[in-house]
Amino acid sequence: MTARIGVVTFPGSLDDRDSRRAIRLAGAEPVALWHKDKDLHQVDAVVLCGGFSYGDYLRAGAIARFSPVMDTVIEQAKAGLPVLGICNGFQILTEAHLLPGGMLGNDHLHFICRDQKLRVENADTAWTGDYTAGQEISIPLKNMDGRYVADRRTLDELEAEGRVAFRYVTDGEAADGYGNPNGSLNDIAGITNAAGNVVGLMPHPEHAVEPLIGTGRTDGLPFFTSILKKLVNA
Amino acid sequence: MARVVVDVMLKPEILDPQGQAVQRALPRLGFEGISDVRQGKRFELEVDGPVDEAALARIHDLAESFLANTVIEDFTVRVEEVAEAVK
Repeated sequence: MTARIGVVTFPGSLDDRDSRRAIRLAGAEPVALWHKDKDLHQVDAVVLCGGFSYGDYLRAGAIARFSPVMDTVIEQAKAGLPVLGICNGFQILTEAHLLPGGMLGNDHLHFICRDQKLRVENADTAWTGDYTAGQEISIPLKNMDGRYVADRRTLDELEAEGRVAFRYVTDGEAADGYGNPNGSLNDIAGITNAAGNVVGLMPHPEHAVEPLIGTGRTDGLPFFTSILKKLVNA
Repeated sequence: MARVVVDVMLKPEILDPQGQAVQRALPRLGFEGISDVRQGKRFELEVDGPVDEAALARIHDLAESFLANTVIEDFTVRVEEVAEAVK
């Protein structure tokens, strides 16, 4: 038996197909979910993928957060359903207050697209078990609104509880994918909720699952093998 | 008909690179003496019926839950007088 992992398509989603492909390559069964459908079709986990849902109007993720499918995702995430938000999906999770803080425009005001070095800070979440804490990975980053912000108290809480899941690695050359690419506070690339079932990050693991394309590495694949193991062993 | 205006601004402690870019352009245009610019959003809501306390309370809820993200933004709600006899 394998796990069923849903990928939501909103109007403006871009990476739903890549996300489903990554899920399949990891050995799980991808399930296409539609933004207007409240029913999650008995999936065991959900991926909110990258793109520009609703054109990023108002704020990135702000309108998607109120779509019918999100009512169910929010309710079930609070009950423990594993949810991974990538890029626009991360923005939707902060707008839905499933993750603290907010996302704003990159500090340099430009769209950025490059391979990015990250450090896995927390390998105990539902989506990171196949990494080791401290491991450095390289996966693509492509966004306009990637600057993670939160008030000082929230940042201190995230740091104290080990809930910064991924951090941009800054001790290297920008040309090699090092550095904080967007002005995110504390170099935060991704965070987890306290329970470890909801994880969001700006860079794109689903674009780094086959050696043929992207970084030439498969550094993103463990996201999908991690959740599969977690679900199958549950 | 009445108009309610909702102004949304980034919280003061949050960096506003767009505002900074505008501010930096000012000297080139011959504007001196502007030390800071912050950019926000303004929503104009045309309300059917009277803008009483209940209507304003509903708009306040709307601003708080949707028009602004209060994690990163502050907002104000005010009624704007619309000039009579436009028709």
